[in-house]
Amino acid sequence: MHDGLELKDVTIRKGGNVLLSLSRKIEPGEVLSIMGPSGIGKSTLLSFITGTLAPAFEGEGRIVLDGNDITEVRPDKRRVGILFQDDLLFPHLSVGANLAFGLASGGSKAERTAKIEEALAEVGLEGYANRDPATLSGGQKARVALMRMLLSEPCALLLDEAFSRLDADRRAQVRSLVFARAMDRNLPVLMVTHDAEDAKAAGGEVITLGTSTPTGEAP
Amino acid sequence: MTKHRFLPALPLLTVLVMLGPVLAGLWGTVLPAFGHFPVAGLTGPNLSGFQSLLDWPGLPRSVLLSVFTGFASTLIALSIVMLVTAGWSGTKAFQTLERLLSPLLSVPHAAAAFGLAFLIAPSGWLSRLFSPWLTGWDRPPDLLIVNDQWGLAMTTGLVVKEVPFLLLMTLAALGQAEAARSRTIASALGYGRVTGWLKTVFPRVYAQIRLPVYVVLAYAMSVVDVAVILGPNTPSTLSVQIVRWMADPDLALRVQAASAALLQLSLVIGALVIWRVGERAIGWLGMMWIAKGNRGALDTVAAGISLALATAAALAIFLGLLVLLVWSFAGFWGFPDALPQSFTFKNWMRHSEGVLEAVGETAAIAVPVTLAALILTIGCLEAEYRYGLRLSNRGIWLLYLPLLLPQTAFLPGLQTFMLTIGVDVGRVPVMATHLVFVLPYVFLSLADPFRAWDTRIGTIASALRASPDGVLWRVRVPMLLRPILTAAAVGLAVSVGQYLATLLIGGGRVQTLTTEAVALSSGGDRRAIGVYGLMQTSAALLPFALALLIPALAWRNRRGLRHA
Repeated sequence: MHDGLELKDVTIRKGGNVLLSLSRKIEPGEVLSIMGPSGIGKSTLLSFITGTLAPAFEGEGRIVLDGNDITEVRPDKRRVGILFQDDLLFPHLSVGANLAFGLASGGSKAERTAKIEEALAEVGLEGYANRDPATLSGGQKARVALMRMLLSEPCALLLDEAFSRLDADRRAQVRSLVFARAMDRNLPVLMVTHDAEDAKAAGGEVITLGTSTPTGEAP
Repeated sequence: MTKHRFLPALPLLTVLVMLGPVLAGLWGTVLPAFGHFPVAGLTGPNLSGFQSLLDWPGLPRSVLLSVFTGFASTLIALSIVMLVTAGWSGTKAFQTLERLLSPLLSVPHAAAAFGLAFLIAPSGWLSRLFSPWLTGWDRPPDLLIVNDQWGLAMTTGLVVKEVPFLLLMTLAALGQAEAARSRTIASALGYGRVTGWLKTVFPRVYAQIRLPVYVVLAYAMSVVDVAVILGPNTPSTLSVQIVRWMADPDLALRVQAASAALLQLSLVIGALVIWRVGERAIGWLGMMWIAKGNRGALDTVAAGISLALATAAALAIFLGLLVLLVWSFAGFWGFPDALPQSFTFKNWMRHSEGVLEAVGETAAIAVPVTLAALILTIGCLEAEYRYGLRLSNRGIWLLYLPLLLPQTAFLPGLQTFMLTIGVDVGRVPVMATHLVFVLPYVFLSLADPFRAWDTRIGTIASALRASPDGVLWRVRVPMLLRPILTAAAVGLAVSVGQYLATLLIGGGRVQTLTTEAVALSSGGDRRAIGVYGLMQTSAALLPFALALLIPALAWRNRRGLRHA
């Protein structure tokens, strides 16, 4: 079933100009890093994969996840997880309710509560279920956001500058946690970043975009 | 799943709901205006309506009154707001003023007008405070202050009520105009506070508040309830006269009313054109003023006067409400006593039945209308988010259209139209008409916060496998609870304050707090007016209090939403 995430001849345009083109397969458990300056369309590529491309952009090509073409599939049916640089925890829900929102439906109430406690324990946040997310530290929020996404059982994980808001020592910690959890679940990971440290820590292949042409011509 | 086919159609439905009655009303005005009114046995086209309108001796005076009160009140209110913002924005005094004026926005026009009348009338509070020790009056002086023939009291009433509105619009515009930075630069170049602001920030701010200013002008020229309470009677403004003719049992007078409604419409259009030309002229003069490089010698004076006037406007409403309160509990209150000899609950007891009925009617109309407006607004904004069906600049004009057209130009026509097609007046048509005015305000109030919501949260929620409806109901609406409730409060306040729509489309049979209060104005029973005016104000203010309270309670343990 696990067959990875494949981008077939994907091209992102804005007003007719090509921002980037990419054709590449990411195997399960592999991390592909895309580096480049801001404004080049890295995040836009990710929104094309999640199915939330803004109307100003056009995307072309196919996205194949575990053998299924998901290019035309509704965002909530794609099974593509994403983490942004901000934790984006739902401010109106407790930490536990945020995780419950992510947790795939089904199971008794007790089973669901147990799964949420287990997820919190996995990232060292036992007993945090009733907390207001706004009272957590940056690193704690990042860990809750990661577990929330993983509880929804995605088949691929996208990282959109996911570590850039964290301070230096937290950053390495959270980063290795994210990669470790993604490897555990054998997920293909696509990371966009402008930070060479992130790309190095990922250990996988690194594609660098737009080094010579900051306006964003295709590589 | 039907919703998915329904949602993309919502913007169109919204425009229809909003503009349908307006178009029907204009249609119902144009035909009788040209003498075609089969229900009364009249067939046209002819110019008899205009002929009899021209033969009416009060016409020149009432046209002049409408034009004068409209221009004067808009100009004065705008000048106060611009100068006070120029002189004081960013200061403590301005913050205080802002806090004082914001809740006043929702005070209904009629209540504010009654309050002002009770303050400035010959037997009003002001005259009592200074009598007899200063004035020597031991009976109210024989002066025509309220209902004066020049409409000065009416103009004052409009200024008092429009200053909070324009100030809030200006505050919203300031954020986008980089006002603070421009002022810093201007003062570094040696410009005084007011002059620097007028030369750098004003053009950008004005461009943002232009439509609200037009709304104020059109409204002030054609308002009925304030004109009935504070305006002159012999003759009255054109709008009031139109309503009188509409109320006449002689159906033939409706032809004359329709002609006058068209005249009113052209007056407002003409006034807007003149205002637009005036904008150009001011812009041109402003360029010359800027080129001269004056640093502003009169800044302190202008700032001082404007702050005094803005404070006076706020005080006029506050003290007005206070004097309504005193009257509603007043026992015997002789002149020139500053306070009644005794206080009593009798006034409230005596009117409790009528007031409760009117409260019921008011709520029965306002609540469903506001709910409908909220559903349409959220539907439109959500359709915009999901399908990119965004209103263009021209669309914004459509939103403002019902607010720019004088009510007296299409509401009488709407009543005539309903009569022609055999629809009965009553509560449901009143609700449909209220929606025309409630929708734009609810939309304008909710659009910015709704659009400002971080759409990455939506991306996360759908990545967590929440359906589009799930994202809306489980994430977006709860997060936007405060602005949604505020928009609802705005909608309720607008509906509560509707006078003409309720009177004409209800055929006099739908009695809300507002129609009852205004109807009392001719009788002069100050205790009854106090009771009804206060209830009307509470009906408009209470929802705002709830809009603050409910999110604070619901999210008391959610720090991230405390300022959302």
